[in-house]
Amino acid sequence: MHVKFSLSRWQLLAWLIGLLLVTPLGFLLFESLQGDSDVFQHLFDTVLWDYTRNTLLLILGVGLLSCVIALPLAWLTAYCDFPGRKQFEWALMLPLAMPTYLIAYVYTDLLDYAGPVQIALREWFGWQSPDDYWFFDIRTLTGAIVMIALVLYPYLFLIFKTALREQSFKLVQASQLMGLSPTQSFLRVSLPLGRGAIVAGITLISMEAMADFATVNYFAVSTLTTAVYDTWLGYYSLTAAAKISGIMLLILFLTIMVERFSRRNQAVYERQSSVNSATLYRLKGGAAWAASLACTVVLVLAFILPVGVLVKYAVVYADEAWNGAFFSYAWQSFKVAIVVSLVTILLSLLVLFYQRIAKHAYPLIPGRLASTGYALPGTVLAIAVLLPLTQLDDALNNWLEPFGLSPGLLLSGTLFAMIFAYVVRFYAIAHGALESSFLRISPSLDMASQSMGKGPLQTLRKVHLPLLKRGILTAGLLVFIECMKELPAALLLRPFNFETLATHVFQYVSDEQLELASISALLIVLVGLIPLYFVNRSMEQNYS
Amino acid sequence: MSHLVIKDLAYQYNGTKVLSGLSLNVKQDEIVCLLGASGCGKTTTLKAIAGILQPEQGYMSIDSNIVNDSGVFVAPQKRNIGMMFQDYALFPHLTVSDNIAFGLNTMSKEQKRERVNEMLTLVKLDGCAKRYPHQLSGGQQQRVAIARALAYKPSLLLLDEPFSNIDTQVRFELIADIRRIIKAQKVSAVFVTHSKEEAFAFADTLAVMHGGKIAQQGSAEQLFSQPNSKVVAEFLGTGIYLTAKALTATEYETVFGVVSSTNAGNHDCVQGQIYVRPHHIQLCKAENGDAQGLTILQRRFIGTRYVYRINIAGQELEVAAEQDHVFSVEQPVKIKIMPHTVNFFRD
Repeated sequence: MHVKFSLSRWQLLAWLIGLLLVTPLGFLLFESLQGDSDVFQHLFDTVLWDYTRNTLLLILGVGLLSCVIALPLAWLTAYCDFPGRKQFEWALMLPLAMPTYLIAYVYTDLLDYAGPVQIALREWFGWQSPDDYWFFDIRTLTGAIVMIALVLYPYLFLIFKTALREQSFKLVQASQLMGLSPTQSFLRVSLPLGRGAIVAGITLISMEAMADFATVNYFAVSTLTTAVYDTWLGYYSLTAAAKISGIMLLILFLTIMVERFSRRNQAVYERQSSVNSATLYRLKGGAAWAASLACTVVLVLAFILPVGVLVKYAVVYADEAWNGAFFSYAWQSFKVAIVVSLVTILLSLLVLFYQRIAKHAYPLIPGRLASTGYALPGTVLAIAVLLPLTQLDDALNNWLEPFGLSPGLLLSGTLFAMIFAYVVRFYAIAHGALESSFLRISPSLDMASQSMGKGPLQTLRKVHLPLLKRGILTAGLLVFIECMKELPAALLLRPFNFETLATHVFQYVSDEQLELASISALLIVLVGLIPLYFVNRSMEQNYS
Repeated sequence: MSHLVIKDLAYQYNGTKVLSGLSLNVKQDEIVCLLGASGCGKTTTLKAIAGILQPEQGYMSIDSNIVNDSGVFVAPQKRNIGMMFQDYALFPHLTVSDNIAFGLNTMSKEQKRERVNEMLTLVKLDGCAKRYPHQLSGGQQQRVAIARALAYKPSLLLLDEPFSNIDTQVRFELIADIRRIIKAQKVSAVFVTHSKEEAFAFADTLAVMHGGKIAQQGSAEQLFSQPNSKVVAEFLGTGIYLTAKALTATEYETVFGVVSSTNAGNHDCVQGQIYVRPHHIQLCKAENGDAQGLTILQRRFIGTRYVYRINIAGQELEVAAEQDHVFSVEQPVKIKIMPHTVNFFRD
């Protein structure tokens, strides 16, 4: 009897957490289906179609360009031997640490009329004015596609490379014996076998590309993300913002459906053999150097050059950039990130422990519900969080009015909104990281502990927590890093006069003065490198 | 009075009946082996005894304390049961002595240390108290696991396929070792395995499980020579079925002649089948005219003699030859069925 009671307590707790974290999405769906709002009608009549088209083009463009960059590089580093292969294998992941708005800023600075590239060209050819020559404009949709693809391709690179490594070498060797050249083998064996991985990678990239706010905003390319932002901050219409968010949810949903659909028969083919660490093709002479060159070009364009420029800014403008503001913003970001890490870890621990001991039906649902927030673009999430919080604030104010109290925007206008939004968004990261650690604990340890007279809570404390220590640290770190980098939600939800490192840097990007925030920018890049270290280490554990 | 009594236990998972009408008795200090093919419900039974899962119905008492009945369910941590797992389930973050002390909930520090040392001596791991599980060999880990399960003097010990991860060369040595330890501690035990060799070596009594219940419980010899069902007969060793008619209490007529039994049945003139194990069959030379239509399919040398694969009544079997005759493949032969305790199953 006792066990039943305490189990249902855990169940209640897990479901409460799940429902709490899915509340914003629920409100958003409800609101976006409400009757017309004037603002939305106006947008619908005028620019909404353009915005939607731009968003779709952006997704498509980034997806395609990422394929062009990532697939050959993944195949080269997975199967071929050439100078620098081992280093490129991890170095080509580095661009993931680069926020898109930083790379966009750096390239704008380099490539616009007053930038070094055009100046050099003018000097070279003796041109006098813009009328004398044509030069592409980077601040366009195409420019945005290139910028975003340059930092997102590593997702596809990583996923496809892993898939190639897990494919049976024997299949590729068999295709060789049957007379296929390496290129033919790539096209006819590796590519079709890796289809599931490729689709998964593109899906991830599409979701990130759709969520991008900073680059398109900086390039003044109007997409649905910027529309959500402008509708809220320009018209203060939550309903219209919710409706635009609804369109993005629809695109998101379709993307995920396509992914699921294309993967429906995949499980059978993949993971049928042990992982390979040797290489198949030893490239020689020109081919080897061409492979190295291709990797180098991508790495320089996507990471080394932008970081180099940032370092140059930081050195030249050290006095201006190294100031009190930097420390106070870093400290504010740090505080928020720590609180969010602790909260997500606590919540995910409770939910996962329930999953583990659950004997009721559907133990996985609370965790799934709680994890949905991760798929929401930052701007959409911000609107979704504001919907319930503003209503709560209204209710609170109405209720307290008779007592002569008016707390104001106690929830929606304070750090609470930002922290809640971050928890909703990053819960999934903590959950995922901890779940894998939890699964590594053999269930018989629980039974052993129980048979030796320990109840659920004692088992959690004496067996699980000590064994989860590393998992908790990793999860906390990953959430912390994401919080430090998060921009769009912070822009919409930060309290008055509150800046995080990211909003501070973005402010200076928008003001064309990134030089002055270059140290903060470098710190964001540096923080972003930390998770890559983990990814790389786990890859090495698996493959060596 | 039995130490563990289970009556009419039922459990289903996702609508499939895993256990139904399962009854089992374990006497004081007895080691009972639940033996059966995978999926027959052995481990489920063990988990139900431990209280890790809750049966739909059934009565269960341990040491005269009712732990399961309608309206009664005692939580696993209150049953005082020791359990040994297939993967040993040693806590990787605790030393050997901390692992052994984990279940000593009510003792003082001094008492704990004494008990841990006592257990370490019992399992011959005196020097290993401060080591961690990953620093031990498989056999050592297993001895820690048994020490941990016995340290708090459980009223019942459960063992879930504890020997399946041990190399075959040392397995039976270890089985003897663990049996000695359990016997020294005077504790009743239920042991689960799918290997009849392990069961023969480890248990006092076997209980063959089939279809969610106990098909037969008894000593190894009893189950082997007097199985009460085809399932038990087949599980404990190979053999063939021959159509037979009971002529008298000790004689059965088959197509290969009359088979006489060393014990008396009571099946006069009943049709049925007898189950004959290979060591009761001998191959003889077929003289002209009395060939039974049997030929040698394959010949295999096993060190001291040959065994021959033949097809008897549609069932293939490897048997030895009378007086170590040597036959060649495709040679016609006949068989002789020696008098033995005949297992007769009526139609």
